[in-house]
Amino acid sequence: MRRERSGLAAIVPLLWLAIFFAFPFLLVAKLSLSDTALAMPPYAPRIDWSQGLAGVRAFLAALDGETYARLTQDRLYLDAYLSSLRLAAIGTALLLLIGYPIAYGISRCPDGVRRALVMAVVLPFWTSFLIRIYAWIAILKPAGLLNTVLGAVGLPAINILNTEAAVILGLVYAYLPFMVLPLYAVLDRQDESLIEAAQDLGCTPVSAFWRVTFPLSLRGAAAGALLCFIPMAGEFVIPDLLGGSETLMLGKVIWTEFFANRDWPAASAVAIVLLATLTVPIVLFEREQRKVVG
Amino acid sequence: MRGWMATLGVAAMLALAACSPKAEGDKAASGSTELRIYNWSDYIDPELLAEFTKETGIKVTYDTFDSNEVLETKVLQGGTGYDIVAPSNHNLPRYIAAGAIQPLAKDKLPGLDKLAPDLMAHLATFDPGGKYAVPYMQGTIGIGYNADAVAKRLPGVKVDSWAVVFDPASLAKLKDCGVYFLDASEDMYAVALNYLGKDPNSTNPADYEAATALLLKVRPYVRKFHSSEYIEALANGDICVAIGYSGDVLQARDRADEAKNGVKLAYAIPKEGSQVWFDVFSIPKDAPHVDAAHKFLAFMLRPEVIARASNYTQYANANAAATPLVDEAIRNDPNVYPTAEVSKRLFVTTTKDQALLRDVNRQWTRVLTGR
Repeated sequence: MRRERSGLAAIVPLLWLAIFFAFPFLLVAKLSLSDTALAMPPYAPRIDWSQGLAGVRAFLAALDGETYARLTQDRLYLDAYLSSLRLAAIGTALLLLIGYPIAYGISRCPDGVRRALVMAVVLPFWTSFLIRIYAWIAILKPAGLLNTVLGAVGLPAINILNTEAAVILGLVYAYLPFMVLPLYAVLDRQDESLIEAAQDLGCTPVSAFWRVTFPLSLRGAAAGALLCFIPMAGEFVIPDLLGGSETLMLGKVIWTEFFANRDWPAASAVAIVLLATLTVPIVLFEREQRKVVG
Repeated sequence: MRGWMATLGVAAMLALAACSPKAEGDKAASGSTELRIYNWSDYIDPELLAEFTKETGIKVTYDTFDSNEVLETKVLQGGTGYDIVAPSNHNLPRYIAAGAIQPLAKDKLPGLDKLAPDLMAHLATFDPGGKYAVPYMQGTIGIGYNADAVAKRLPGVKVDSWAVVFDPASLAKLKDCGVYFLDASEDMYAVALNYLGKDPNSTNPADYEAATALLLKVRPYVRKFHSSEYIEALANGDICVAIGYSGDVLQARDRADEAKNGVKLAYAIPKEGSQVWFDVFSIPKDAPHVDAAHKFLAFMLRPEVIARASNYTQYANANAAATPLVDEAIRNDPNVYPTAEVSKRLFVTTTKDQALLRDVNRQWTRVLTGR
């Protein structure tokens, strides 16, 4: 009885996954095995349904892994992967460093203040993401807000717009709420009596934090890190607007393949490899979760 | 064209087009009371669209893009819903080969005979017999610069040569006031090859290697590669030199004049010669309102209409009968309407095959990333 009910309930997420993940994924995978062609749409082969099964067979025979081979031959792609993963890793590390104290601080506040502070974390979402990134251009540009203020107090100007530093700044700024909220959720739910117990047993406040609060909050940190790391690795808009031309990221590589080269198969192959790379941390996280639960 | 604030400009004309009453009887005659146009940003006088709607009762939906790459990818995918698109000359053969645009019904376009024959001869390389496209505007690639800022750093140097931006020693002196290059691989290689004395339409990969070496040498002094940001950056005085499109630089100049911020901008077609390009209007193969599209093309072929379009965009049009109707300041500006002497130094670029295009873009990525 019980099993049957849970089976029915599982259909909805499965169906969701099939329609919005598996099907598009297969389309992209198929595209990555195709070749470019001067046609509408600009790739070949396409299934000739009039030939029936023979058409499908001919279609499958024409697919090949040539595009993937090309990804291994040109260092550009490896460099782009490494550079994207590196920037996402730096961003995630900074987010943890900045986000953790914020989340911890909020969770220790009295009720009314806490609600206001959580609101303040979410508030930036009320403005368009694009506008907020554009605002950073106005702040960071050579004669922008930052340098006007620095000049007024007699400090030397900082020119970081169109550099990697600006990209990292933009990433940390844009993804901060995604780090703070899961951390806050975990910290907020923590049982106050655990700390009291630790202190009764002789822990100082600092050691109670390190031995009780911190280990219990690691799941929130892992969730926040995943939530930030994965989209940051594929980020396109922030490096495009704040980065310089030497900022090599996968989003830009996919754009070039898709638009400038009109090479849909190569763009798809790059995307598939990125997806495969990002599956690794997700699987690790899942396994870790299971350990905690089981 | 090649857009300023493309993101904000999209569909700016929606409200405008929506408020005109439909003309009686039009529907019976043509079956279409709607027209969807996809054009470069900042590339038409909005009043012209309102007039077209008033005259024909056809409601216009107007969207904008800012790169040929985006346009081509969308159109070749099909199902865009657009009735008029505006590719540039060197991409046109690919649209035709892919079957993405449809032949024009020339009997519905009475103004075709007014187009300048010499320009049509240029265009015939891309669209033999003019079957698929009606030219809209033409422009050049050149150097946009802040006269005072450049004179201070390069005293006594006249900005009339590509050496100002392609000679490392010269560009190094301009680095501190800000330099932008276009992020358009085909356009940039065309002018770089030309500067090196090579064929801008070369199919020899070694020529492109040489151009890449040149670009890599000046790259450290370039603040950013971007195809539309330089308009605003020049006008604000944030940068002092840009390789850009003629009309865009002239629009920046006017914006700076209006803002009275002390920024004096100028545009130069270098003496070594440069690329001239045409943007054309074409009808996608799956356009839902073919008849309305032809009416719009016929409307834009009227000399008095296209002259006003040029007044707005600061680009020259291809309509010989319209030239005397264009504002004197624009028509007599050799940067907009190049003199016969300058015209001799201008060249058009042709279409690259997929292998060469991929190779050129790969090299361009090397230039962009410096590795």
